[in-house]
Amino acid sequence: MTGTILISVYVFVLAMFVGFEVITKVPPTLHTPLMSGSNAISGISIVGALVIAGMGQGLMFDIIGMVAVIAATINVVGGFMVTDRMLQMFRRDTDTN
Amino acid sequence: METRVLIMQLAYLVSAVLFILGLKRLSHPDTARGGNRLAAIGMLLAIVATLVGEQILTWQWIIGGLLIGSVVGGFMARFVKMTAMPQMVGLFNGFGGLASGLVAAAEYLRYSMGVAGTAEVPVDASISIMLGTLIGAVTFSGSLIAFGKLQGIVTEKAVRYPAQQFLNALLFLGILAVMAYLTVMTPGAIAGADTSTVNIMYYALWGAAMLLGVLLVIPIGGADMPVVVSLLNSYSGLAASAAGFVLNNNVLIISGALVGASGLILTRIMCKAMNRSLANVIFGSFGQVAGKELVKGEKRTMADVNDVQADDVAMLLAYAKQVVVVPGYGLAVAQAQHKLRELCDNLESRGVSVKYVVHPVAGRMPGHMNVLLAEANVPYNQLYEPEDVNPDIANVDACLVVGANDVVNPAARDEPASDLYGMPIIEVDRAKHTVVMKRSLNPGFAGLDNELFYLRNTMMLFGDAADSIGRILEEVKQL
Repeated sequence: MTGTILISVYVFVLAMFVGFEVITKVPPTLHTPLMSGSNAISGISIVGALVIAGMGQGLMFDIIGMVAVIAATINVVGGFMVTDRMLQMFRRDTDTN
Repeated sequence: METRVLIMQLAYLVSAVLFILGLKRLSHPDTARGGNRLAAIGMLLAIVATLVGEQILTWQWIIGGLLIGSVVGGFMARFVKMTAMPQMVGLFNGFGGLASGLVAAAEYLRYSMGVAGTAEVPVDASISIMLGTLIGAVTFSGSLIAFGKLQGIVTEKAVRYPAQQFLNALLFLGILAVMAYLTVMTPGAIAGADTSTVNIMYYALWGAAMLLGVLLVIPIGGADMPVVVSLLNSYSGLAASAAGFVLNNNVLIISGALVGASGLILTRIMCKAMNRSLANVIFGSFGQVAGKELVKGEKRTMADVNDVQADDVAMLLAYAKQVVVVPGYGLAVAQAQHKLRELCDNLESRGVSVKYVVHPVAGRMPGHMNVLLAEANVPYNQLYEPEDVNPDIANVDACLVVGANDVVNPAARDEPASDLYGMPIIEVDRAKHTVVMKRSLNPGFAGLDNELFYLRNTMMLFGDAADSIGRILEEVKQL
């Protein structure tokens, strides 16, 4: 067990570094889309929520699972869609007329 | 490993890679949209892989949840106003936190109700569950308060009371004690088949963590909201990571860590833009002693102000060589972005060089003003950062400040007594002329007076920003 958690900690720390490296270069213009887009990615908990909602272990789990699926889906669908809606508004000067 | 589990794990790996590539592409305007789609594909892949790879026994709850969530999320994303973006992102953060917290809760209940098929809860699993619960619940309730503040349901003012930090610290210590208790007690309690006390403690943990989220956000004032939204964004990622520890699922850990890092970076940028430490934002008392000592006792009135009309401004702008526009949140409130762009386009067609200068904290979340201007069709390569224009600002013929206040306050540069002191500003007071459009002489978001309004080369144009810009535009057209 301790071995598994240790590997998980490794993965977490390394992923944080990847995150810092990849994201430091984002220009201020894109900070809001970055935030809403990354926010959508944090809806990855949906993976866990689906398992709970689908494991058929009684009404309590069904309800917890479904609420979690709803919350995560709003996060995911809303997050990606609104990011796309914002990004399609960004354009360069050369596009004018 | 069973084949379909193996396939699921490999699909998760691909998802994680797609998230990283997507975030990388989000760092340039030309590739950003593709990057967002890449991340969305990664998410879809993870969902499909889970549904195929896991033992799904009941489908109705999943399908119902996905449908409701998609409709609600899609509806919100489609119809939200760009000005309301910060509160919506805040709300989404909260939903993410809630989902992660519930995943931890279900895992706890699986052990406590004996569904997990083992009487022993490993200590590391137990710690993960407690952390997941704590971070998820704090993110959820904190985000709801942030949403309420931005939406105007909860007061925008910093709510403060005596011994606030002491009480918060006490609550936090209490939470740690409950977590420790649960971690120690969970295995034994399940073996002894009496889970009622332990369960009550677990629900108490939820309640206390939610309360902590509320108490952490209510003392933060409206001006500091960009920092809070960024910080909660980071928390929502960490909550997903914690859920990943609970489920032993790497794609959750990785994605959560990426979001956690991105939120932290944005938080740091926002703090830097206000020249304050994170601790100062969370625990500080911004804007409380402000105002009084700042103007050194002089009471300024309208008589000290050089107030002008639209035709004066039109004359100034139309015959300028270089114009710098400083948009603030007030511009968006007045919905004057489109009129402003029309005015600037007209000026450019007359050969005037126009630059928009956006301060990092101009809106209510990082990059908010850029989105609002993009919505008004301002090309992003016309947008500049303060450090791009400050060095040459003395050569600028006219600065047009629309709905901005604190970010052009010279006190931030000259007045060590001011709460704003040290915050990077756009130094419009050094330009040849500055026109400030404002409703009245009311202080800005930070509640501080602004010396700029009383300078000799500052002209004040009072009134609604959309009206004023419209009138200037009419006058310019006639010149």
